[in-house]
Amino acid sequence: MDSDEDFLSTVSSDDDIMLDDSENDDMSNGDEFDDAFDEDPDDEPELGLQKQKTPVAYDVGYKVYSPGDIQKQQEEMMNEVNMILEMSKEDAAILLRHFRWNKERLIEDFMDNSDKVVEAAGIVTSVANPPKLEAIDGFMCDICCDDDEGLQSFAMKCGHRYCVNCYRHYLTQKIREEGEAARIQCPAEGCSRIIDARSLDLLVTPELSGRYQELLNRTYVEDKDTLKWCPAPDCENAVECGIKKKELDKVVPTVACACGYRFCFGCILSDHQPAPCELVKRWLKKCADDSETANWISANTKECPKCNSTIEKNGGCNHMTCRKCKHEFCWMCMGLWSEHGTSWYNCNRFEEKSGTDARDAQAKSRVSLERYLHYYNRYANHEQSARLDKDMYTKTEKKMVQLQSASGMSWIEVQYLNSASQALQTCRQTLKWTYAFAFYLARNNLTEIFEDNQKDLELAVENLSEMFEKPISELADSKLKVDIMDKTSYCNKRRLILLQDTAENLANGMSFKL
Amino acid sequence: MSSLGTKRLGKELAKVSKSLPPGITLVKADDLQEWLLDIQVLDQNPIYAGETYRLKFRFGKQYPIEPPEVVFTKQENRPIPMHPHIYSNGIICLDLLGSSGWSPVQNVESVCMSIQSMLTGNTKNHRPEGDADFVSTNKARPKDIEFYYHDNEV
Repeated sequence: MDSDEDFLSTVSSDDDIMLDDSENDDMSNGDEFDDAFDEDPDDEPELGLQKQKTPVAYDVGYKVYSPGDIQKQQEEMMNEVNMILEMSKEDAAILLRHFRWNKERLIEDFMDNSDKVVEAAGIVTSVANPPKLEAIDGFMCDICCDDDEGLQSFAMKCGHRYCVNCYRHYLTQKIREEGEAARIQCPAEGCSRIIDARSLDLLVTPELSGRYQELLNRTYVEDKDTLKWCPAPDCENAVECGIKKKELDKVVPTVACACGYRFCFGCILSDHQPAPCELVKRWLKKCADDSETANWISANTKECPKCNSTIEKNGGCNHMTCRKCKHEFCWMCMGLWSEHGTSWYNCNRFEEKSGTDARDAQAKSRVSLERYLHYYNRYANHEQSARLDKDMYTKTEKKMVQLQSASGMSWIEVQYLNSASQALQTCRQTLKWTYAFAFYLARNNLTEIFEDNQKDLELAVENLSEMFEKPISELADSKLKVDIMDKTSYCNKRRLILLQDTAENLANGMSFKL
Repeated sequence: MSSLGTKRLGKELAKVSKSLPPGITLVKADDLQEWLLDIQVLDQNPIYAGETYRLKFRFGKQYPIEPPEVVFTKQENRPIPMHPHIYSNGIICLDLLGSSGWSPVQNVESVCMSIQSMLTGNTKNHRPEGDADFVSTNKARPKDIEFYYHDNEV
């Protein structure tokens, strides 16, 4: 396994340009596929391929694929390789998986040295005989030591033969317990022959081959850098996006799955526009670990010079006595108290350089803590509000039903509450991350524009939020309805303005204090 | 125990009771769940000279599809060998004992020989990094520990 990866990574770094080409090719294949797919009448439209152009700076192009699409793509690729290289579909599949679905690399390497490729991928080319079970006289299975007459056994091209029962056990173990699929090797020690799909079908129950197929599908998505699973629970879709890792400091590639979940393609966390992945990572780490507690400790405590216990000064007097070791020292200069002689309770070494340094460090640490807390409180507030929005959504649905019966409005007429709720959720999510973003932002004239945008959006959101929580009797008022609709679209607009603005600045190289 | 393992272990037992490679002796195999074997390092490796070590094999329901659990056990005259891949509680970090490195064709004898040769070739007289931490905090069974096989030189 390790050597596979090494092998692939070294080659791909050599062939960067070629790889880029191949990715473009992949995309165009997807397009052809898109067309073919759209003509399919059985296709469910919401699971079909969605293509988005990139009209605005904060938006990246992406497509959503259903499990069926993913299966189809794999088959297309297998068929193509099977045609070009004249090999069985099973072998083509193994080779493609070995090359992590880089078809061009596979074909090129295969043309170059087919024996080497075939050997490395763990297959043999001649497929004159389809896999079959056999009973061989005098055979004893090396796994279970069974040697009954007529024992059904199986061997791949490598010739390592085991009884059907053991093979079945082995594959069940690998598939069910270890979640392996694409790279299950022959049970023999040191044999790297990969078990192909046709042999597998012969050996295992249909139930297990279903699971196997599922796992194979997963490796397809996991192997391709341009594909990622939608992380929403129970969602089986995958999203394709051509964003490169090195672009992530300039673009925040938010994608929306067909299931409605919005997430960042770069780091798979839920949508964190406008903050780039790296900032998000830092921010979350900062919030999670004790670095700020540590900051507080350094701002407010010192260690006993003798036993190193951490001491918080709780009174005005500089004469400290360590509770633990009874060491007496001066809080200001950390020197022995006994040496202070006559200047009791007043350290005359106060103005020494080390003293001022210590004070500066403390003051600085305190300012940094206050700054962090300023942003953190606002971030956390929006995060909590976003959590409350989840409850709010169910409340909204109830409200909409109530409103329908109270005012005689139709279903479609109360949808504005749903849109308002959606807008609030999305905007709060964005606002939340603007605070993490602002924490790292280096101060310059762009900062002010950013802060103005942030303020405008926040104001709009709070206004809408207030209107939204009015009692049913007031919500039925048609003037308020119009107000809510206006505010909803205003919120959405403010959000897009903020995203557009930050995305442009980000692309132009915004500076951060990290 | 499944019929799968019974027949196989029966055969293995018959074989190891009769003959084993030099330096490996069967101590106890009263049932088909837990066996004890002693191993010695035969060449003059100064780290292991004159010592005998005790290995404990435990066979799960899925043996030989799944690897057995193999650890060194400490007793009087049976220390835990010093090795950068053997923790002081007897747990061995060896890829062939994990599900990814195991092959059902391996057996008790071949495992013993692998461990024997792992000791023979070793020149580093120390425990794995983080041994104290691992030994005091680990509660998982050896097969559930996610070892990171970081170097294959030792």
